[in-house]
Amino acid sequence: MPEGYETVVGLEVHCELATATKLFCGCPNVFGAEPNTNICPVCLGLPGSLPVLNRRAVELAMRIGTALGCEIRPSVFHRKNYFYPDMPKDYQISQYDEPVNVNGRLELPDGSVVGIERAHIEEDTGKTTHVGATGRIHGASHSLVDYNRAGVPLVETVSAPDIRSAEQARAYVIELRGVLVATGASDGRMEEGSLRVDANISVRPTGSDILGTRCEVKNLNSLRSLVRAIEYEARRQVELLEAGGAVTQETRHWDEDAGVTHPLRSKEEAYDYRYFQEPDLVPLVPDAALLEAATAGEALLPSDRRRRIAEVFAAHGAEASAEQVLTVIELDLDQLVLDAVEVGADARLALARAANEAAARPDDARRLDPRAFADLVKMEHDGKLSATQSKTVLGALLEEGGDPADIAARLGYEALDTAELEAAVDRVIAESPDEWTRYVGGDAKVTGYFVGKVMQATKGRADGKVVSSVLAARRDEAAGR
Amino acid sequence: MAGIGIDEVRHVARLARLELSDEELHGLVGELTALLEHVDAIRQLDTSGVPATAHAIPLSNVLRDDVVGPCLERDEVLAAAPAAEEGRIVVPAILREEP
Repeated sequence: MPEGYETVVGLEVHCELATATKLFCGCPNVFGAEPNTNICPVCLGLPGSLPVLNRRAVELAMRIGTALGCEIRPSVFHRKNYFYPDMPKDYQISQYDEPVNVNGRLELPDGSVVGIERAHIEEDTGKTTHVGATGRIHGASHSLVDYNRAGVPLVETVSAPDIRSAEQARAYVIELRGVLVATGASDGRMEEGSLRVDANISVRPTGSDILGTRCEVKNLNSLRSLVRAIEYEARRQVELLEAGGAVTQETRHWDEDAGVTHPLRSKEEAYDYRYFQEPDLVPLVPDAALLEAATAGEALLPSDRRRRIAEVFAAHGAEASAEQVLTVIELDLDQLVLDAVEVGADARLALARAANEAAARPDDARRLDPRAFADLVKMEHDGKLSATQSKTVLGALLEEGGDPADIAARLGYEALDTAELEAAVDRVIAESPDEWTRYVGGDAKVTGYFVGKVMQATKGRADGKVVSSVLAARRDEAAGR
Repeated sequence: MAGIGIDEVRHVARLARLELSDEELHGLVGELTALLEHVDAIRQLDTSGVPATAHAIPLSNVLRDDVVGPCLERDEVLAAAPAAEEGRIVVPAILREEP
């Protein structure tokens, strides 16, 4: 970000709810079905059809509201009128000025807090494919529409413009995704479109508390796109202002290949959508039964999971790497670490092996027997396996399961006792008199040479750190200290 | 005072994708003004003691269970569309009004 400017971002995250059916009809809510097979008179808006609200969608929306600390209020539905073939009815049913959830907050792992203005229920639109020379919107000869997605329940979570950088936006989406998955509302799959993000981006002189003119950037299909688009768009706006120009409020489309945003359509003013209350639906009131369903059966939120790890580590006097903690929570491996610690594994080492090696194969890691994982961590911690050996055994454990001690034995990783190790070090010293003289003379650079030789001699069974300390001890003896 | 100008009628007609002649536009200015005047007359009523009603019927929480029901046959639906391709409905290029 150029000096003297601040980026201001508010995010709108659309989350498809994990219901069995659509929001207002019994058509299946599934991803990847043959085009136009999950449609009925209601989601096609055929004359005489009437929408009826899905109870499960309401419960999930209220769960999201609860998890985000929102006030859950009586709400109504509106028609948002527009001409675009992605909605067969020519309107989308959404919540406008009286949404179900308002005034929440989301605390990010770094302690910053992003306000949640609202999280409302609406229906998704159909999917359009642009046919033509480029496959892009501009220059298409015609478009094809699949209405399977039209009417799928969504919750749109709108943040306050509290986000100040692309990285914070990324952290916000990861945290929100964790909340949506924990509530059972979503599978969180961005690549399948279960989660879609629009970013309202503006810039202003540092220290100003007036919001600049914003652009809404769409087509952010991954966290990477989100970060790149915010960085690009903020730079574009600053360059405009620096050149004496002004930012125009508009909707812009992120082009992932070109790494730029370009204008899509001038943003219609709110009244152009001619919102009016949906006459076919009655108000939604959070009664006792709905509120109870909204708080029942909720899994731990990401913030609770971070707190839980922090508590366990504190109890063991261990320090947890914040980055590793985020990784294991995101990949659902935090329980594995806690279970391993519970049966005696070293906390710091268990976390490291889970966040680095196990995280490379998250599906296998989630199936790992915590006791076997704990045994492995103990073997490494007790010096029975070197770090390299431990990683290899863990790889085999992830692949085929079993007992880490058996795997280690099969691989020939038998414990190298101290006498054997010292003998190996002494042999290497005897074979390399010149290097040894340099080492004793204080040349630390040859340490690696000796460690490498010992590793070779022991076929990788030695622990590098132990070799270094034996070398240091021999040097001190040689120097007569 | 209630009332509507010709520009506003033209704007609303465009939003509704209605192609209207000047004659029709002028006619609608009169008709819509009469309607708005009627709404304005209703607005004169003192409703300070009347709670806002969301719906004509005092009813809330009409919900259905999340159970899958029947869908339409695709061929039947596509037959009703002007054109179809690869199981999808063909529509004119979107955003052709854009530069």
